[in-house]
Amino acid sequence: MTVAETMRRKLTETFRPTRLEIVDDSHKHAGHAGARPEGETHFSVEIVAAAFAGKTRVERQRLVYSVLAAELSDRVHALALQTRTPAEDPPRG
Amino acid sequence: MDATVSERIKGDITSNDVVLYMKGSPVFPQCGFSAAVVQVLTHLGVKFKGIDILQDPSLRQGIKEFSQWPTIPQLYVKGEFVGGCDIVREMFDSGELQQLLTDKGVTVKAA
Repeated sequence: MTVAETMRRKLTETFRPTRLEIVDDSHKHAGHAGARPEGETHFSVEIVAAAFAGKTRVERQRLVYSVLAAELSDRVHALALQTRTPAEDPPRG
Repeated sequence: MDATVSERIKGDITSNDVVLYMKGSPVFPQCGFSAAVVQVLTHLGVKFKGIDILQDPSLRQGIKEFSQWPTIPQLYVKGEFVGGCDIVREMFDSGELQQLLTDKGVTVKAA
């Protein structure tokens, strides 16, 4: 299972998101500190879940970080996060 | 966490209105996420103290434990943790960052 797949599974199980996008940005950071030739070090995650309602931005991101603690302490060097509730999610397109 | 590191962080965030824990210096950021926050603060004309965590491994680990936040950069305003790069950018875009700084008595350049 790739790192992205593992993160998707963990986030889905915990937050039951209505939308979850995980983008591997590692190629943009090739050669930077923390980058690995095999990639999967830098990610952007957009997650929309009712579980974030009533929580501050800091609380929401801490929740996500805690679920992905193993990945963050090992392989994942950077994780850009957008956390929203379904009501805050702007319509697509 | 080492008590001296914790004391040092407390000292820095209480004696400076705005503190940014970052990789590199405000003039030469060593990471795109740190650079992005420097850019926001500079754009707002906010005077801040940048602390380069790459210079000190104990601080690099210590600030993560102190803030319960696993990534760098980290922004503090008047001793209070505001967030990392994503949060700072979102708050800047929505105007909440400018409001927070003003509410806390930090001078922000008029847009």
